[in-house]
Amino acid sequence: MKLDNIYQEEKKSNFTKVSEIIITMASRPSGFIGLSILIFHVILAFISPYIAPYDFKAINPTLMLQAPSAEYWFGTDDLGRDVFTRTILGGRTALTITFFGSLIALLWGGLLGIFCGLVGGKTDDIVMRIVDAFLSIPWILAMLLIVSLLGTSTEVLIPALGFFYGKGIVRVARAATHDVIAKDFIVSARARGHSNFSIIWYEIIPNVRDAILVEGAMRWSWMLLGFSSLSFLGFGVSPPTPDWGLMISNARGLMSFAYWSVIAPIVGLSSLIIGINLTADAFAKALGIDRSTKAPV
Amino acid sequence: MTEIIQKVKNLSIGFKSKKGEEILILRNISTNIKKGETVGIVGESGSGKSTLALAMMGYVKHGLYTIGGECEFNSSNLLKMKNRDLEKIRGRKIAMIPQNAGQALTPNLKIGYQIDEALKLHSDLKEEEREQKISELLNKVRLPSPETIALRYPHELSGGQQQRVAVAMALAGTPDLLLLDEPTTGLDVTTQAHVLELLNFIAKDTGTSMVYVSHDLGAIAQVSDRIIVMYSGEIVLEGPSRDILKKPIHPYTYGLLKSIPKLSLAGLPQSMPGSQPQPGTMQRGCSFFDRCDFSEEKCKSNSPQLEYLEELNTSVRCFNHKSLMNDSQVNQTVNKIKTSLQDKEILNISEVSISYAKQNLLDQVLNRISDDNPTVKDININIKKGETIALVGESGSGKSTILKSIAGLLRTKGGVIKFDQKRNLPSDLKERDPNDLRIIQLIFQNPDESLNPNHTVEEIIAQPLKLYFGLKGEELKKNIKELLQKVRLGEFYMSRYPRQLSGGEKQRVAVARAFAAKPDIILCDEVTSALDVSVQAAVLNLLQQLKEDFGTTYIFVSHDLAVVRAISDRVAVLYQGRLCEVGPSKDVYQFPSHPYTEVLLGAVLEPDPDIKPKLVAEDIVEEKPPQKGCSFQGRCSRILGDICKNEIPPWQITNSGNSIRCHIPLKELQKDQIN
Ligand SMILES: Nc1ncnc2c1ncn2[C@@H]1O[C@H](COP(=O)(O)OP(=O)(O)OP(=O)(O)O)[C@@H](O)[C@H]1O
Ligand code: SF4
Ligand code: SF4
Ligand SMILES: [Mg+2]
Repeated sequence: MKLDNIYQEEKKSNFTKVSEIIITMASRPSGFIGLSILIFHVILAFISPYIAPYDFKAINPTLMLQAPSAEYWFGTDDLGRDVFTRTILGGRTALTITFFGSLIALLWGGLLGIFCGLVGGKTDDIVMRIVDAFLSIPWILAMLLIVSLLGTSTEVLIPALGFFYGKGIVRVARAATHDVIAKDFIVSARARGHSNFSIIWYEIIPNVRDAILVEGAMRWSWMLLGFSSLSFLGFGVSPPTPDWGLMISNARGLMSFAYWSVIAPIVGLSSLIIGINLTADAFAKALGIDRSTKAPV
Repeated sequence: MTEIIQKVKNLSIGFKSKKGEEILILRNISTNIKKGETVGIVGESGSGKSTLALAMMGYVKHGLYTIGGECEFNSSNLLKMKNRDLEKIRGRKIAMIPQNAGQALTPNLKIGYQIDEALKLHSDLKEEEREQKISELLNKVRLPSPETIALRYPHELSGGQQQRVAVAMALAGTPDLLLLDEPTTGLDVTTQAHVLELLNFIAKDTGTSMVYVSHDLGAIAQVSDRIIVMYSGEIVLEGPSRDILKKPIHPYTYGLLKSIPKLSLAGLPQSMPGSQPQPGTMQRGCSFFDRCDFSEEKCKSNSPQLEYLEELNTSVRCFNHKSLMNDSQVNQTVNKIKTSLQDKEILNISEVSISYAKQNLLDQVLNRISDDNPTVKDININIKKGETIALVGESGSGKSTILKSIAGLLRTKGGVIKFDQKRNLPSDLKERDPNDLRIIQLIFQNPDESLNPNHTVEEIIAQPLKLYFGLKGEELKKNIKELLQKVRLGEFYMSRYPRQLSGGEKQRVAVARAFAAKPDIILCDEVTSALDVSVQAAVLNLLQQLKEDFGTTYIFVSHDLAVVRAISDRVAVLYQGRLCEVGPSKDVYQFPSHPYTEVLLGAVLEPDPDIKPKLVAEDIVEEKPPQKGCSFQGRCSRILGDICKNEIPPWQITNSGNSIRCHIPLKELQKDQIN
């Protein structure tokens, strides 16, 4: 018995569809919190250069390790830089790099996954073996290798992260395609003689898109954690660029007597990861997908 | 005098819609189940029959809740009972066999173990006693050699045997009431008949009350003493089985019985217009009003009450039941099919064989298929233009396989498929040119799967129009509207998604899409088996109409022999991928018949208590066709001996042009079939 038949809907524009999904996401407490955190971070990333009270790289030895005060809200770090300024600026790089990294991951992972699911057979076997082989390499080692060979510029980090985090998307896209491919509407399109391209674009993608997008959103938060770990290890962005991973790494030795210089970036990083996570979760629920991938935190 | 074991009183079950309205799925249901009685609950999908059956064991599906009323069992209300107490009743006092129970057996556990688990849960037997009981139960459901069956895994049993195991498990707790949800749906015709016969026997033997839920009046007719007909959440008719089937005094049941094709009648049954209202869209007045042939002005605004008629022992919900009472011998009229058969042959299938065997490396290199015992072999059929030819046979007989090869979706191992007596169609899809693809279109069994859920009706029908004719813009729209009109759907359906259509509407869209290509041949794979009976007749009539308009040829695959009888000009009977009998419909349905055709015909369940299925052969399933000899030798009750085992039987042709492939001479074949 189909109960949702009662709700007769007309064809909707893409805009209404997207806004409806966002409304559904926000109607759940966890989704609302997640979205708010994410939007807060994105807005902050855009406006922080204009609202930052101090110069993020101005070193002032006389102001070393000041506790939070009315003047320096989050105190200062070991070089006398304002921690508040550095914290609100610290998410910009991470957000930008991982956002574009995720797009790349979505693109190659999604397309390769759909391709494998569609052709099946030997080709699928071989490609999946290769993907599995890559999955078994500890990604951080591979990243370190790439970064030390090619440097830590944005042009290297984005595709490298995109490549590593796309592997998981391949699996999801392939599985989703497998489910769709057995359906009679694909058989029907094949029997009519549509090209493979038209079958992928017109018949498969609309049916696997949701699953892939949700996985992409999940990968984003994983990637953020990964990127920050790289920075923490000193292989992400280079100083004096403000970055949470870097800030945590620099200040972790001072934890016992200047906790403020560590706490602020930790809160920034973890809230963003939690925000993306909750959003991805709500996104999955709004689309009616059961997410099996575990959140990184 | 008989004791009532389950009393349903004023039961209403429903859910809250997104807008907060209370929407009723069951509306004020009251009925009693007596001890030792079998009751059939029939109704189309969405009528609430499963919800009612589940409520009878105190279970309300997630998302639904009880709005009022009770289900009383042993004088306690199941719907108010605590889970802990319910657990003591479920499985012991009331057992249920859910839909597809046979397939739902745990795959990696042995049959005996699974029954043992059921016994542990639902009985107080000790270990030694349980062992004894397992073979007793397996015996009771008539499984051969219980000791060996108990050691097998579910996948080592046939569909019918699995269903028997499910029955055995349900009987583990010696229940007083057994609920069966679509117990035979999805089983083969022959298996269905055997399983129902077994259930009948068990009911008599143990005195268990049984409640059957099914959309299939044919199955219900064979087993129930009493029938409850449900329509959109209400009981519309309830009474003794024979009366309801012979003299239905409610217009819905009357129409329903008329829309079911019968073996004895060639031609299409009348269809019932419209479809059941969705829950929550119910208007004032009688819920059957839109579709009723007997309606009057007052039915529109007044809801009829369920009225008990003492003299008939029947309850009916209709103002006009009296007018049906006088003449309601369901005298079925059928629309005789007009054959637009031309003499020209449009498709010649010669010596076609198809194999699913895995190719080894050498074969792959040489691009050949080597398999000396292919799934489908020696298929020779010549199809005339405008003809409807049906392929019938049990599941696994290769019907769909043959269709796939004609469509080019599956490479043949050998043989030729020739179109229009001149062009050989390449067996590989990629080698066919666009026109070869256009002339053959497919319609599938399940419209839920054959329509892309993300496309609107407009986009779905546009696909072939764009692909084959390059139509665009206004011209495209115009063509889509015309096609929708042909399948009797309004223009406003264009912007709908498949999930917003009923089953029958979806299938119409699939039909429109097939006709959009202006094909010469349409392959129909079980196109009505996912539909409700009342909708089935409408789709069959539509297909027939379109065929008359366009002169299309149909190759029609079905397991339902009555449907085949209604629509086809010629029938080909398949067993294990080999042809057994090919001939004009009316001759195939008459004797002499191939022994396998006889089995199939005997097993058909008709919605008539006087026509009992004849169970000729065992309902065993063979894994592979035999290497040599007659394909049916494994199950043939008339097997002659070595000749059947070693030699492929010859084709024998009757006077009327019916070909039968059997070693028994026609005269003799007929002799034993007359009675
Ligand atoms: N992809 C496949 N690989 C291997 N064997 C297959 C495959 N598809 C079908 N078969 C086998 O081929 C035989 C014929 O199958 P087919 O689907 O043509 O039967 P059918 O008559 O259409 O049955 P149904 O009524 O269940 O649809 C069966 O024994 C089946 O198990
Ligand atoms: S009450 Fe009226 S509309 Fe309803 S079934 Fe009877 S005659 Fe038809
Ligand atoms: S040839 Fe033999 S086994 Fe085959 S159907 Fe005839 S009698 Fe039966
Ligand atoms: Mg089939």
